[in-house]
Amino acid sequence: MARIEVRKTYKLYIGGAFPRSESGHSYEVQDSKGKFVANAALASRKDVRDAVVAARKAFAGWSGRTAYNRAQILYRIAEVMEDRRPQFVQAVQQSEGGTAAAAGRQVDEAIDRLVWYAGWADKLAQVVGNANPVAGPFFNHSAPEPTGVVGVLAPQSSSLLGLVSVVAPVIVTGNTAVVVSSYGRPLPAVTFAEVLASSDVPGGVVNLLTGDAATLGPWLAAHMDVNAIDVCGVAGDIDLAVTLEVAAADNLKRVRRAPGAEPDWTVAPALSTMTDFVETKTVWHPIGV
Amino acid sequence: MATSAPTSPSSNIFDYAPAPESRAIVDIKPSYGLFIDGEFVDGHGSPFKSINPASEETLAEIAEADEADVDLAVRAARRAFRAWSRMPGRERSKYLYRIARIIQERSRELAVLESIDNGKPIREARDVDVPIMAAHFFYYAGWADKLEYAGLGANPQPLGVAAQVIPWNFPLLMLAWKIAPALACGNTVVLKPAETTPLTALLFAEICQQADLPPGVVNIVTGAGGTGQALVSHPDVDKVAFTGSTDVGKAIARAIAGSDKKATLELGGKAANIVFDDAPIDQAIEGIVGGIFFNQGHVCCAGSRLLVQESVAEEVMEKLKRRMGTLRVGDPLDKNTDIGAINSAEQLGRIRALAEIGEEEGAERWSPPCELPSAGFWFPPTVFTGVSQAHRIAREEVFGPVLSVLTFRTPSEALEKANNTPYGLSAGVWTEKGSRILHMANELRAGVVWANTFNKFDPASPFGGYKESGYGREGGRQGLAAYLEHDTKAGA
Amino acid sequence: MSAIVSPGLAAYADVTASEASLRRFLHGLPGVDQVGAEARAAGLGTRSIKTTAKAYALDLAITMVDLTTLEGQDTPGKVRALANKALRPDPADPTCPSVAAVCVYGDMVGDVKAIVGDRVNVAAVATAFPSGRAALDIKLADTRDAVEAGADEIDMVIDRGAFLAGHYLRVFEEIVAVKEACRRSDGTHAHLKVILETGELQTYDNVRRASWLGMMAGGDFIKTSTGKVQPAATLPVTLVMLEAVRDFREATGVQIGVKPAGGIRTAKDAIKHLVMVNEVTGPDWLTPDWFRFGASTLLNDLLMQRTKLATGRYSGPDYFTLD
Repeated sequence: MARIEVRKTYKLYIGGAFPRSESGHSYEVQDSKGKFVANAALASRKDVRDAVVAARKAFAGWSGRTAYNRAQILYRIAEVMEDRRPQFVQAVQQSEGGTAAAAGRQVDEAIDRLVWYAGWADKLAQVVGNANPVAGPFFNHSAPEPTGVVGVLAPQSSSLLGLVSVVAPVIVTGNTAVVVSSYGRPLPAVTFAEVLASSDVPGGVVNLLTGDAATLGPWLAAHMDVNAIDVCGVAGDIDLAVTLEVAAADNLKRVRRAPGAEPDWTVAPALSTMTDFVETKTVWHPIGV
Repeated sequence: MATSAPTSPSSNIFDYAPAPESRAIVDIKPSYGLFIDGEFVDGHGSPFKSINPASEETLAEIAEADEADVDLAVRAARRAFRAWSRMPGRERSKYLYRIARIIQERSRELAVLESIDNGKPIREARDVDVPIMAAHFFYYAGWADKLEYAGLGANPQPLGVAAQVIPWNFPLLMLAWKIAPALACGNTVVLKPAETTPLTALLFAEICQQADLPPGVVNIVTGAGGTGQALVSHPDVDKVAFTGSTDVGKAIARAIAGSDKKATLELGGKAANIVFDDAPIDQAIEGIVGGIFFNQGHVCCAGSRLLVQESVAEEVMEKLKRRMGTLRVGDPLDKNTDIGAINSAEQLGRIRALAEIGEEEGAERWSPPCELPSAGFWFPPTVFTGVSQAHRIAREEVFGPVLSVLTFRTPSEALEKANNTPYGLSAGVWTEKGSRILHMANELRAGVVWANTFNKFDPASPFGGYKESGYGREGGRQGLAAYLEHDTKAGA
Repeated sequence: MSAIVSPGLAAYADVTASEASLRRFLHGLPGVDQVGAEARAAGLGTRSIKTTAKAYALDLAITMVDLTTLEGQDTPGKVRALANKALRPDPADPTCPSVAAVCVYGDMVGDVKAIVGDRVNVAAVATAFPSGRAALDIKLADTRDAVEAGADEIDMVIDRGAFLAGHYLRVFEEIVAVKEACRRSDGTHAHLKVILETGELQTYDNVRRASWLGMMAGGDFIKTSTGKVQPAATLPVTLVMLEAVRDFREATGVQIGVKPAGGIRTAKDAIKHLVMVNEVTGPDWLTPDWFRFGASTLLNDLLMQRTKLATGRYSGPDYFTLD
């Protein structure tokens, strides 16, 4: 008799732990051909709430680390992903279909993207910050600082490269994130969470919820302790995008709007992926004896 | 002593006689139209009056732009955009330099009119508002032909038509903060000044004519909230820049949701001004006074919450009260006036209401003895002691000359209290210890941190808030980003 | 070290008991932020004074002038001329008040006294003015000579070298000793002004510390400068010293005078100083007992402005005496 495989029910990743959904619900995840792959936890609004608390708690520590240290940790994520490359290739191919070679290119690109962002940690302030020559005896200096807790609705199609492309720029500058993965293709995100848990990323810096962006997005967008939101995951659903942006206005979240359709993630990222989630702080001090 | 002092001319041994600035330099017309496509035209809404808040005298009747007028202005701006955005930067730059120079040449006129229409002391209009306004035009004039060096990509492009809505507290300065970077980047603008302070914007329109600025590049529509709403929600607007209340800021953010409009919002604040026991006390007192009483406290970044270390609280309060006793409240056009008129009856009502709540909630209220003029809108410099974070005067923006004083014991407590607000525009720190300044500056969640100084502004220095104080920055290189399409949205 | 032990101001006996405690105290005074202090001084300088207040201010300023000549080339003839001017600054106008004092080197005191008698004070610089670089006994002898010659006021210089080397107690004890040397045989004291020479102290922190040192040691006035070092009196230096006397009175109840000297040449400058006195210390200091200008050319500008105010037309230097 053929061996009966051990079927997995994947869990959420909140505050560095892997809890089940508070609601107890899960949903079936199918591969690109519609075949059952696994059960994933179906995150609820209460999981959003817990994830925001975890992200807020992690913010002071993560933003307080040296940029060099954050760079090392992002690079470490890339290292661990490289280690688990076959697993990612399988997850991407299962989720997105296509050839193993195509899935491999996605994984390689995702790893390289992390390495690219890792290097930005201790350079962004030098590129977008500056000394300001004011007309008076004052030292005046502007530098970027993380915005705070950022909600991220990850892209629905690009299950790994898209995910990494929206998460890395948020955390590299010191923000913490509450991420809602692709609903239909959550498996690479789940594997990514496992990588995060084993690559020195402090718990709470990235919180990954598998579930429906249309259900969870409004809670995240309306949450008064979330400082910014990237609504990329609702690309194409203009009504929902408007609803989220309107809700986000309640505490003036910085909103990175959804593109009309999911973009080509292989294109080199723009600086705004990071600068959309930083605040410029300007400090003045008199110069005297 | 062999000598004796001459007899003093009044009961106060050294009373300054009034030193009024002459009003003769300004020529206020009985009525004003809208400035659209380079011409003054009639508005189609219901005209309203602009009054002098120091006397309640009517200054002029102002046209109200209705939706159709706003549409005309946006169309004019759109038409002008094509040529203006394609004009070589060095040519655009010369227009801005020209405007800057005219502002300097007409600075007294601008300052006097600003003081009359707004109620602010002529000393401030003359020494702060107008010079910094000119400086903004000079600063951004120089950027117009250097945009490719701004670090925003090789070929940054203007956004199009900018809808700009500005408040009544710094009418000219806010106009400059909005118009100068927009024009430098190749955008055209439709600007709406506040309904209580439209006159200097209309004088600026004359300056645009004087500079031969191409018609439609700057359009000015007057009116109240309805006009502003029509402007920011106009479908052919590409960019919205607003300075004002957090509530209106949120409404704008909702109104433009789902559109391609970019937004910069400079909103309210409740800044902590933190004084440590090793502060340069006499300068800290000046910083506290300037922080809250500058411009009658009508300042979004005002240091309205004084956090003073308990060990020096008594000394600081004594010195602060003595200093407040020397503040001169009265005729804004008197060059010796430190605190002018509250901008409107409505604002005065708001300040009074919050001050009364402060008393009801048990805080102790103090003002130096000062005689307020009978006509006009006035509020004495006021300090509340015994305030806690739970008091409404410690949480809500009063936007008036009202200071709340809280105490703290340790740096961490100071930070906790300073950051315990939905706002995040500015903060002040007073200590002689360098490393503590840098620590506080790091930890304060505010867009501008003034250390051992307060309320300093410069065109080269980015300004803007965290959290509910808004988003985007005005001033400096960062201020350009708000008016340029600087990198591709596609690709991650 | 000096053998003279005098307590200075009793209230600070503990502070001045040792070099260590004195240093701790002076370094514990709040710092002065240069930019903030200068901005405050400039702000006060923009106060606009008109008509009656201006007439009052000009006359007040005249009564506060210590009319000064401190040159190697001073002769009896020169100082007698100056003494006459001090009595009647504007011979054409009998309503014009006299100045506060004539300030000269110690050996000229008799010549001045012979002219002014008790109508105008005579101030003498002493203690190896202007450098202060001499042995203590010489400085004390210098002081006693001037007092014996009839000086009403002694303008001493502190030992800036000792101050900058951190020997605060030495500076303190020297002032105490000079104060003692100001004692007359009848038990009264010549008024002691302590010159800080702020241009050599460089920082406002030092100005504040030296001000307190001078006040604690028993100086009746603190004075900015000798006039021989640039910069001399500036508005921010006077501001810091006014804050010191204000705080000192608050702490001890003892009022100390302030004398900016050197560099104040115009009526406009003088009025800016008076505005500052009015707003920083309050009107208690607005008398010649508590505020002085050490100056020479200032007087003629005050007289010209006074005449302009009275006649409505601008005057010229030919109409005022050059002594």
